[in-house]
Amino acid sequence: MKRRAEPFWWSLFGAGGVMSAMFLPVLLLFFGFAVPFGWIDVPAYEGLRTLLDMFLVKLLLFAIVALSFFHWAHRFRFTLYEGLQLHRFSRTIAFLCYGIAILLSVFACYVMFVL
Amino acid sequence: MDKSVNKQYYRKDMSIFWWTRKWTHIRFILRELTSLSVAFFALEIVLLFFSVSRGPEGYQTFVAVISNPILIILNFIAFVGLIFHSVTWFDLAPKAMVIKVGKRPLPAIVIAGSNYMGWIVVSVLIFWFLTENT
Repeated sequence: MKRRAEPFWWSLFGAGGVMSAMFLPVLLLFFGFAVPFGWIDVPAYEGLRTLLDMFLVKLLLFAIVALSFFHWAHRFRFTLYEGLQLHRFSRTIAFLCYGIAILLSVFACYVMFVL
Repeated sequence: MDKSVNKQYYRKDMSIFWWTRKWTHIRFILRELTSLSVAFFALEIVLLFFSVSRGPEGYQTFVAVISNPILIILNFIAFVGLIFHSVTWFDLAPKAMVIKVGKRPLPAIVIAGSNYMGWIVVSVLIFWFLTENT
């Protein structure tokens, strides 16, 4: 990975860290526990669809999701280098991690804005 | 210094389990692994959009999937990871950004505290908004 590219990946990592720290726990609490355990009524399809069709909601959730993928890519990349002592493969690992994040973000963009 | 003396020559051979010997190192690796929770749940949000785009039946499937015991267990693990991520992230913020009021730096507890307050307020608002508007 070229040195001058590092600040770019780091800023995506940082932005993703803030977004995921702020927004993901409450969303997981809602969809992962409140809905399955019946703490609240299961959201009706129509209401949820209307909400998710709102452009600002889409945009916010896309930003959260895509930046989360880049946050993962950056952290996981260094965890592999440091944790598993794979410095020899640093270029390959960086390429794979950011590549996966890019693909997942493109996929998310398609699902959220096109489908 | 001679440019040919590359840092790789100083590298000691380390076991891949080097981080298991000290609690601070274990904590460091666990913190880094919370990124898996982040990516996992981000994928679930994409899945939510996908299933809702498939109409009411698609949404039914989504509700069935998130109610599956396997996913509840995975989500529980992911939730523990997400909370650990949020807490460590907000704790780190005062070290990353030093805000000065006048000549004195703002105490770390004030920055971390306002982060936590913001996090709680945002979470309560979103939860309330989701229950009211769906």
